[in-house]
Amino acid sequence: MILTLLKKEFTLELRRKSVISGLGLYLFSTAFICYLTFSLKQNQITPLVWSALFWITILFTVINTIAKSFIGEKQGRDIYYYSIANPEMIILSKIIYNFLLTLLLTFAGFILFITLLKNPLADTGLFAALLVLGSMGFAASLTLLSGIAAKANNSHILMAVLSFPIVISILLVVIKVTKNCIDGLDRSVSTNDMLTLLAINCLVAATSYLLFPYIWRN
Amino acid sequence: MKTWLKITTVILLTYTIVAGLLFDVPRLNIVNETIRALYFHVPMWFGMVVLFCVSTVYAVQYLRNPSIQKDINSVEFANTGLMLGMLGIFTGMVWANYTWGSPWHGDPKQNGAAISLLVYLAYFVLRGSIENEEQRARLSAVYNIFAFAAMIPLIFIIPRMTSSMHPGSGGNPGFNMYDLDSKMRMVFYPAVAGWILLGIWIATLRIRVRKIDEKLIELENE
Repeated sequence: MILTLLKKEFTLELRRKSVISGLGLYLFSTAFICYLTFSLKQNQITPLVWSALFWITILFTVINTIAKSFIGEKQGRDIYYYSIANPEMIILSKIIYNFLLTLLLTFAGFILFITLLKNPLADTGLFAALLVLGSMGFAASLTLLSGIAAKANNSHILMAVLSFPIVISILLVVIKVTKNCIDGLDRSVSTNDMLTLLAINCLVAATSYLLFPYIWRN
Repeated sequence: MKTWLKITTVILLTYTIVAGLLFDVPRLNIVNETIRALYFHVPMWFGMVVLFCVSTVYAVQYLRNPSIQKDINSVEFANTGLMLGMLGIFTGMVWANYTWGSPWHGDPKQNGAAISLLVYLAYFVLRGSIENEEQRARLSAVYNIFAFAAMIPLIFIIPRMTSSMHPGSGGNPGFNMYDLDSKMRMVFYPAVAGWILLGIWIATLRIRVRKIDEKLIELENE
């Protein structure tokens, strides 16, 4: 069932390419603005500034990406899904799909940042692992919130308001590990933080899985 | 709330204020008299956590078996918890001003506390933007549980993993290291009970006010 739903998500996404290309353009413009702002003074981008710019860009792109997973759905389509699938499968398929999409965007963002700005990282392997874990966390926590926001008025503002406090515990850990990657510290230093991140991801994913059936019912 | 509990609350808090300000405390460098914040700041924080827990429990109960009463309980406990949390932050800032040298020091504990208050402010924004009453109750219950789960790493785990200057975390001793003759415990435990009871009392009063409001609206409609 999950596979069918996943396939449906991909088919829908590929059918209207404007959405995914719009998100790509959003990411590119943000990175390009960062590049233009610092264009002549590249040496002023200290590693910490790089990390802040990078994660702000990723955060906003990801919130916009995931917000569309429920807010963009046409009215009435959810009644159809309700009749053919159970809610657990739907939230799992949405989380997995959003995870893959977020992963794609974070890696694209990373490549953009190292080409346009510079590459301050001393440990790229660990950073790649961090991007995977971070995307997982964003997808797990934001998908449910998108479902909540979709039911309320002024969904888009609400999405941002609801997600910041929740995402911030993931961001705090991610930023800390980014700094370790930039400084090229030994990997054993970051092991604990990576495990915490994984634990937070599991916690958030499990609560999403348990709670989704309640927002689904209408 | 039972009358004897209310009387106990008043007695406990009177005792906390009198004893907390007058009793002997250990003389320590830097901390000095500010150690008395232990009787006010820390119990308020405990009270906040307790009230948020109660609010989440009502949210879970609401989802299992919906009724307006549980929704009102959940909201008002969150409301009162938010108030205690703000008091906790402000008393903490007063303390930080005298020991750390500035009210806001960007300590992980302080940031975590501020963010956890943001979570509950977002909860009220969410409630404000849904018109359908039943849907509002259900969605905000879901967000309440979700926010509570996301808040646990924020105020209990992450501050303990990073370097923090807050007593009791980041390798700093909590109060039990200073409190060699257990004198402070004689005020601290009653203070914890007193502040938590006060929070519950305020919450129950607010719940009753809400009930009266609902009744009035019903009467007007008839």
